[in-house]
Amino acid sequence: MGYRFNFRDVFAQQDFLLEGLVLTLQLSFVAMALGLLVGVTGAALRLYGPRPVRAVVATYVEAIRNTPLLVQLFLVFFGLPSLGIRLDATTASIIALTVNLGAYATEIVRAGLQAIPRAQIEAGVSLGLSRLQVFRYIVLMPALRVMYPALASQFILLMLATSVVSQISAPDLFHTASIIQSRTFRDFEVYIVVAALYLALALAFRLAFAGLYQVAFARR
Amino acid sequence: MIREFGFIDFMYLLAAARWTVALSGVAFLGGGLVGLLVALMRVTPLAPVRWLATIYVQAVQGTPLLAWLFLFYFGLPLVGLVVNPWIAAATAFAIYAGAFLGDIWRGALAAIPRTQWEAGASLGLSFLDQLRYIIMPQAVRIAIPPTVGFLVQLIKNTSLAAAIGFVELTREAQITNASTFRPMTVFVIVAAIYFAMCFPLTQWSRYLEQRLHVAR
Amino acid sequence: MSLVELSHVVKRFGTNTVLDDVSMTVAPGEIIAVIGRSGSGKSTMLRCINGLEPIQDGRILFDGAVVNDPQTDLRALRQRVGIVFQSYNLFPHLSVEKNITLAPRVVKNMSESEARELAREVLRKVGLEEKIGAYPDQLSGGQQQRVAIARSLAMRPQLMLFDEITSALDPELTGEVLKVLEAMAGDGMTMLLVTHEIGFAKRVASRVVFMHQGRIWEEGTAAETLSAPRTQELETFLSAVLH
Repeated sequence: MGYRFNFRDVFAQQDFLLEGLVLTLQLSFVAMALGLLVGVTGAALRLYGPRPVRAVVATYVEAIRNTPLLVQLFLVFFGLPSLGIRLDATTASIIALTVNLGAYATEIVRAGLQAIPRAQIEAGVSLGLSRLQVFRYIVLMPALRVMYPALASQFILLMLATSVVSQISAPDLFHTASIIQSRTFRDFEVYIVVAALYLALALAFRLAFAGLYQVAFARR
Repeated sequence: MIREFGFIDFMYLLAAARWTVALSGVAFLGGGLVGLLVALMRVTPLAPVRWLATIYVQAVQGTPLLAWLFLFYFGLPLVGLVVNPWIAAATAFAIYAGAFLGDIWRGALAAIPRTQWEAGASLGLSFLDQLRYIIMPQAVRIAIPPTVGFLVQLIKNTSLAAAIGFVELTREAQITNASTFRPMTVFVIVAAIYFAMCFPLTQWSRYLEQRLHVAR
Repeated sequence: MSLVELSHVVKRFGTNTVLDDVSMTVAPGEIIAVIGRSGSGKSTMLRCINGLEPIQDGRILFDGAVVNDPQTDLRALRQRVGIVFQSYNLFPHLSVEKNITLAPRVVKNMSESEARELAREVLRKVGLEEKIGAYPDQLSGGQQQRVAIARSLAMRPQLMLFDEITSALDPELTGEVLKVLEAMAGDGMTMLLVTHEIGFAKRVASRVVFMHQGRIWEEGTAAETLSAPRTQELETFLSAVLH
């Protein structure tokens, strides 16, 4: 209708946008690395750990997967200080994102390891390979190949989900939107620009993951 | 005005959960309609129609749901609609759920072998009749488990509507926390309520999935 | 007048030419066995005749209508040409009865009772009347294939195409399917069948077409062609199939 778009004011704040973008990327990468670590550990414990440990891991996975990330974030940021643990917004964000991704990664890694048929492992054992050798030469690559697509899409979902940290005022890309909005009053334009930036990030991630897949798994 | 967290606060939280359920329901219905359209568009023989649906799915799956909420919250007034968290949230969720459900359902349609379409075509059935009588009934069985699984995502994600001031469970939790200042209590209770809504659905989805694999 | 006429048909998948200048005719009542190695183009030819595969050059006529003309109503044409596939392609979510009655009900608007009567009739022809309430996964491969034949027959086609319909079956189940085909031949149905059953072709077919490298390499009456091949390729093929 009569609305006149004005993107210039928004783009004038590019330094803010850039800072937010950098934090969003930092949050994503740190959470991916830590979350994957949690996932691998969790899957190993879930499959090979003693029975009570398995139950603990299963409970962790279910608890996280059946509650919202935003509530988990609030628990860490608002709840932990009442227990005497005081965290800044960025640290709280990293903890919540890691704990969240860790649960999903645990399930993905577990499914990947379980996808390797027993006969494969038996074949390796009967050739005289040690358990570690069986894992290294027979289980690892096929399992990684199975879990890779699921992990890659989970990582992209996580990158997009980092936007919730804006709700505890961690200065990520999404939070910069509200700052720019208060400076320019161009609320609609701000969110269009921010949404487009996330879309660009998601596409870049997808391309990077596809490229990595080629490097890691092609011709094997 | 800090007061004690009491039983009445718990009841308020429980009551707010009904708005979580209501928004989830509206989002699922709206998203279901959009998703059905998207899934059908993605299996039509017309390439441009397929591309359009693909672009839509990619765009929504590549942007945060929060962005859609704010876009509609600030965008709808520009086209003359009153700012109303309900309308903004319902629209944003329909867009969001439509893309994901559309993708899930397209996958289910694609899982039906091409030979089933061919067998229908060879009997003289039209494209729509093949879809209706042969492909859809088979695809629905495949689609139900992941659809229930997505419903869990949807319920959890309605918490984001709190960001635009939609008073559902999470927003009520923030309000309760502000007046009682018992964050641990409040958010653990809220998490438990979400868990109580989501966990049975997760289990159901898992059960349906297993049954599907046993059946064929 | 011939029922089917292929003239100079060329079919390519990408750069791979599958049918290379194929011409042939099928007269009403004829039973033609198409034989040849896998990859020789025989199945593709069948699929082109009812328009499941587009062709790049040449012309296919069915009862005077040009199959490869975009203006042709393929749906109407397919109602008159039945095809049975190697993998049966029954609809797994429908009972035998519904598998058969779906097209008559939806395409021809037949009433439910009339369609059920029709289902009984065609099932009787393939000897499976008692299976009318069964589901495909409750049937043996041979029974499924007979239901698939019945499903095609229910459309009262003028031409039946059979695409290696016994190739997925154990030898003991092959016999029951071939018996059905023989009965249909006795009824005067026009049939074009891609098959590896040389003995059956000899017994039932009026004509044999041998395809090789996308071309019709040799054709003639079943007796002559199969017992006295004129080309080295057919001779090699026959000795490979028969032993």
